[in-house]
Amino acid sequence: MALNSKKLKIGWFSFSCCEDSTIMFTEMLNDYWDEWKDKIEFRHCKVLQRTNVLDDIDVAFIEGAITSQKDEDEVKKIRQAAKKVVTIGSCATTGLPSGQRNNFDPDTQKCIQHLIDKFSQSAQVKSIPEVILVDERVPGCPMDEEKFLEVLNKYFKEFKILD
Amino acid sequence: MHHLSNITLKNISKVEGKANLRVKIKGKKVKKVEFQISEYKRFYTWAIKGKNINALPQLVSRICGTCSIAHLLCAIEAIETALSINSSEQTKLLRQLLMYGLIIRDHALHLYFFALPDYLEKDSILEFDEGSAREHQLLHDAFTVKKAGNLLSTWIGGRAVHAMFPKVGGFVKLPDIAQKSKIINQLKSAREKIFRAINIFAEDKFNFERKTNYAALTSFDFNFLEGKLISSHGWEIPESEYENHLEHVIIPYSMSSGYKLDKEPYRVGALARLNLNKKSIHSKTQKDCQRYLAKFPSSDIYLNNLAQAIEIIHSIDHSLEILDSLEIKEEQPIIVNPKKSTGIGVIEAPRGLLFYKLEIDDSGHIRDGQIVVPTSQNQINIELDIKKLVEDNIERSQIELEHMIEMLIRAYDPCLSCASHFLKVRWEKSQI
Repeated sequence: MALNSKKLKIGWFSFSCCEDSTIMFTEMLNDYWDEWKDKIEFRHCKVLQRTNVLDDIDVAFIEGAITSQKDEDEVKKIRQAAKKVVTIGSCATTGLPSGQRNNFDPDTQKCIQHLIDKFSQSAQVKSIPEVILVDERVPGCPMDEEKFLEVLNKYFKEFKILD
Repeated sequence: MHHLSNITLKNISKVEGKANLRVKIKGKKVKKVEFQISEYKRFYTWAIKGKNINALPQLVSRICGTCSIAHLLCAIEAIETALSINSSEQTKLLRQLLMYGLIIRDHALHLYFFALPDYLEKDSILEFDEGSAREHQLLHDAFTVKKAGNLLSTWIGGRAVHAMFPKVGGFVKLPDIAQKSKIINQLKSAREKIFRAINIFAEDKFNFERKTNYAALTSFDFNFLEGKLISSHGWEIPESEYENHLEHVIIPYSMSSGYKLDKEPYRVGALARLNLNKKSIHSKTQKDCQRYLAKFPSSDIYLNNLAQAIEIIHSIDHSLEILDSLEIKEEQPIIVNPKKSTGIGVIEAPRGLLFYKLEIDDSGHIRDGQIVVPTSQNQINIELDIKKLVEDNIERSQIELEHMIEMLIRAYDPCLSCASHFLKVRWEKSQI
């Protein structure tokens, strides 16, 4: 396959979660850096770089669940800035385990309500597909590496990074 | 005269998680620093209630992706202490190797990906110039060192993140001894490479000193998992007494609590460990790192980076020693007999002391639990450091100061996912 000079413009975003899939991604760089360095442009990746921009993104990879109106507004902006959106990991894809408080019994809910109110958290934690349209899902806790590679390679072809 | 005006700095990068910072300045004095950990609460201390002790370690592993193995092992220790389970010598060695794998991978991610770009005046490791022999080498050293830790943890735990094989009483699956030589070769390769970076962290390019207290778990072989707690206050106590010295401090503007030790702010982490126990570093590391170790004890937070680099070498040296004679014999995990009990676990996570106190009921379910993470213990100290840093550099430009604050916070290697994500600075300036 021939490589074009064009790069896939990606964003990597984290919401409420343990960032396990971010760690997995940084570990995948150990083996895939030489393959990816001429194919990927990091438009937004807070864990790796200081200067980030939220526009003109081909694929946004989103980790974590949505637990506030503020985050809901932010993820909608990411959707607008990205041509494709992929959920990364269990919290983004299903809302759990970060959304475990949705399943607390009423007594426990009552005990934590003052903290939910104090920090303006939403009544219910939501997965990413509950808030915005997503194009692909990479499940797993942490993310399934093989599925991630399958999705990434699909977008290399779709955005004509590889002929 | 130069005056600071209101500044908003959003999303400090290259740390694990999110936080905001508000600095209020009056004249040349900082009146208030609010380090707000803004990672939304996920309520793990509530979620653990009612969970079976066998399911708990895998649940608390999800508190933090980068130090998941530390949460896993600390929870196991607390449960085993409560139930008087004495794990086998093989289990102890495998847990030790699992922990060293975590220390190598986690420190290497912080040092190469988060801290090193500041030392090379780069925005990001992604900007390292592959055409420059030095930068190309450092970039690829980063991958080799991280991979060594990753492989070691994966070999023992099944995965480097949310390890699947460790459990209360032992391991559900034992490592394949046929892979041992591959692990040894990767560790040896990483050891050679780390010395290129250690020289950079030892150059004293950045300094920030403020006298404070330190606390660490210390052992004769610097093993991160057991020992006595020592503080710069002068005391030496068993793990079970640590909570008696801790004071919980509610920080109204932060998702995380803060802590004081004997009513005073303190620092935990690699710098504290080297300050209090450098004599116990592996003899081979001592020999090759003599001039670096001579810099400790120190109150310079930037030496936390050097301390982490030394700890990587120590973790490799001790792992190689263990691996040299390691044989794997088939054994089953110890059967757990639940009883009403309380257990404490204290370990040295990569960023410092991690404390678990778990109350178990007769049926083997968690009645209640307390978890104290390293970044919460450092939170008050971080605010005091920022106050001094800003006052010492009050004539500098806003942009310079913001960068200095970011670097200082990065030197702490905070884990904000654990503590409850980074950074938005709000400056409030009054001229009077």
